Amino acid sequence: MIDTFKRVAVLALAVSLAACGGPQERDLAGADHSYQNQLIERLIDAQAGDVIEIPEGVFAFDRSLSLTVDGVTLRGQGPDRTILTFQGQVQGAEGLLVTANDFTIENLAIEDTAGDGLKINEGENIIIRGVRVEWTAGPRTENGAYGIYPVQTTNVLIEDSIAIGASDAGIYVGQSHNVVIRRNRAERNVAGIEVENTIGADVYDNVATENTGGILVFNMPNLPQPGYQTRVYNNHVFGNNTGNFGHAGTPVASIPAGSGIVVNSNDLVEIFDNDISDNRTANIIISSLHSTGYSSYSVQEDFDPYPEGIYIHGNRFTGGGDNPDGLELQGLKLLVSGPLGRMPDVLWDGYWDAAKLVDGVLPDNLRLCLDNGEAQMVNADGPNDYASPAIVTDQHRCTLARLPVIELASAQ
Amino acid sequence: MKRLVPMRVALSLILLPVLSLALFACGGPESSTPRYIAEGNPPLLSDWGMMASNGRSLTLGPRVEPYDLVTPLFSDYAHKQRTIWMPQGVSANYRDDQVLDFPVGTVISKTFYYPRGSGDDEVLRSLDHAPGWRADGLDLAQIRLVETRILVHREAGWAAIPYVWNSEQTEAHLARAGDIQRLTLVAPDGRREDFVYAVPTSNQCAGCHAINNTTREIEPIGPAARHLNRDFDYLSGPQNQLAHLAAVGYLGTWPGSEATPRDADYLDETADLNDRARSYLDINCAHCHNPTGPADTSGLHLRHDTAPGPHLGFCKPPIAAGGGTGNRPYAIQPGEPDQSILLYRMQITDPGSLMPELGRAVEHVEGIALIYDWIASMSPSCTD
Repeated sequence: MIDTFKRVAVLALAVSLAACGGPQERDLAGADHSYQNQLIERLIDAQAGDVIEIPEGVFAFDRSLSLTVDGVTLRGQGPDRTILTFQGQVQGAEGLLVTANDFTIENLAIEDTAGDGLKINEGENIIIRGVRVEWTAGPRTENGAYGIYPVQTTNVLIEDSIAIGASDAGIYVGQSHNVVIRRNRAERNVAGIEVENTIGADVYDNVATENTGGILVFNMPNLPQPGYQTRVYNNHVFGNNTGNFGHAGTPVASIPAGSGIVVNSNDLVEIFDNDISDNRTANIIISSLHSTGYSSYSVQEDFDPYPEGIYIHGNRFTGGGDNPDGLELQGLKLLVSGPLGRMPDVLWDGYWDAAKLVDGVLPDNLRLCLDNGEAQMVNADGPNDYASPAIVTDQHRCTLARLPVIELASAQ
Repeated sequence: MKRLVPMRVALSLILLPVLSLALFACGGPESSTPRYIAEGNPPLLSDWGMMASNGRSLTLGPRVEPYDLVTPLFSDYAHKQRTIWMPQGVSANYRDDQVLDFPVGTVISKTFYYPRGSGDDEVLRSLDHAPGWRADGLDLAQIRLVETRILVHREAGWAAIPYVWNSEQTEAHLARAGDIQRLTLVAPDGRREDFVYAVPTSNQCAGCHAINNTTREIEPIGPAARHLNRDFDYLSGPQNQLAHLAAVGYLGTWPGSEATPRDADYLDETADLNDRARSYLDINCAHCHNPTGPADTSGLHLRHDTAPGPHLGFCKPPIAAGGGTGNRPYAIQPGEPDQSILLYRMQITDPGSLMPELGRAVEHVEGIALIYDWIASMSPSCTD
């Protein structure tokens, strides 16, 4: 249901950018090109316990940086004062690649990388604080995929950071354990903040705005671990209506513009006390991989595509759902809410797993529960080709056990 | 003045081959004594004594044995002179399906070079041994040396140390921060392609050589039995490389060529297409794309023994490919190479999306053709 409106949106964006010549990347006149080798060698020579201070300034790099030593802190003088720019990068799939434990990076910016901004591939005890990753010409399909990208990491804190312009996710935590993402700002990315195949994450006090989708909790097949147990609370998720500029084929390319919080094929997700407003497709979307290109040939046999144990309560919804992305979602809104109405705050694609029924009912802990005052939920009836969508708020008015708080020493 | 320079170049072009011929006749211009250096980063390649250059020819040191791989990693059409050396009295143990078990003290070198074109920064696109290649050295009138990487097996494990050759081609200097060289690749049909040759930093060596991203231990990739099990044109004549290593005392008991696994040569059109493609993917991709490698985050495994299915890319949707999808739906869509992300990532040169992430800036025409044919030969099967 997603591809059609995607193409329309990308086309519209391309046309508008072409019309005005497009925004420009940072002007590098005055940038320091001589610091590159110094920092590369400093990273090679780093020893556990080292704090590598990077001075104030704009430093240009034509190759990616990498760090392989445990216990290192990389520290700038502020996300607007210490700027590592990778404009015109000729080598490397990221700005900085870290394959190490006990790593802290703080108070600096990484800009205009060819691929991902900051990637941390396997590591324990990771702190990312006050880091800005940005593509300075704004949303463009040719921007790198991920801004802040820890993957296969354990005990991760991402706080007070900023991600702008990623062609996939601004802040993306994949295949990780025990994660806190707080007080960050994600704007004008395809996905603002994405938690994927991760076990145990608290996402709170963040601002996600002007992305295609604000905050995503996803599970993808064929990976070493499925994710579960994520709390999304006290976030401000508003106006995520940027046309999807992601690359077709990527998981986020199926996100309709105007999505607030999206859960896809993930389990045990608690969404509460958020301010969610003016996301024009729907403020919350709960969906299955079935809606985004599921094929039994494409996935490992034990992959579970059904979102289960989802609990939505205490959120403050304002506006949104008034102009869904694409004809099919427009049609859905029309059918459910009439020409002047808006999409209910919670849009569910309607896929559930009949194999898990016990005595004809889904066990309580697998249910999709909405206990959020006036907020309504629509079942889009995906399994029947969206033939008979219906408001199902009453059938899903239930509560689930609260999820535990993430215990993370660095976040205390 | 303007006229003198071309004249000088012309003169040297005439003189160099004569001069180098004369030097070869005397048995090599420089001697070197190979040695194991147990710690640190020696500032000069000559400190290791694996090879010596006088700017006209490069000559391998005594007991420094050259080798090739059945199917090599593609590196922007760079040719590679690979060598193994060990101290007296030690040898490697044979292993069936991984890199030979090399003793501490082993020094492996890999020298990246190109056949020279006519201009200063022009190099020729070619396969196989270039003119100027010899079993025991290289004729630098015809060859441009770029870099030499040392892999040394120390008590604490393998260390990777990069060196970049000077413009005189007489010495290579330690280059832990890597290097960028802007070259022009000239194809046999005369087409020219400017590209950026990137020498990796010391840390980036681990990007390929830390095959297990959890232990992150650096190890060699090429010198495994399956990659070595072929003939080499030694000065003494053609011989199986493993047999030769055993004969010179570098390899212990081995089961013989027939009983040893052997990769397909990706260029051997008489070999099975599937074998050639799997061999190519194994050497070019599997150092990251294996179940414990840095690219296990993608769920795409490209080892020679990965079973066909989603993990080998069949009908597999991407995870974090970003622009690398090329707007294509699956890593491999059987029968549809133009709908397969895996092929797309070989076809592009944007550093943010190309594969492999390091060591490639131009298209590998022959590799792309092979993988295209392989995917095209499959039966379509991605729909329920």
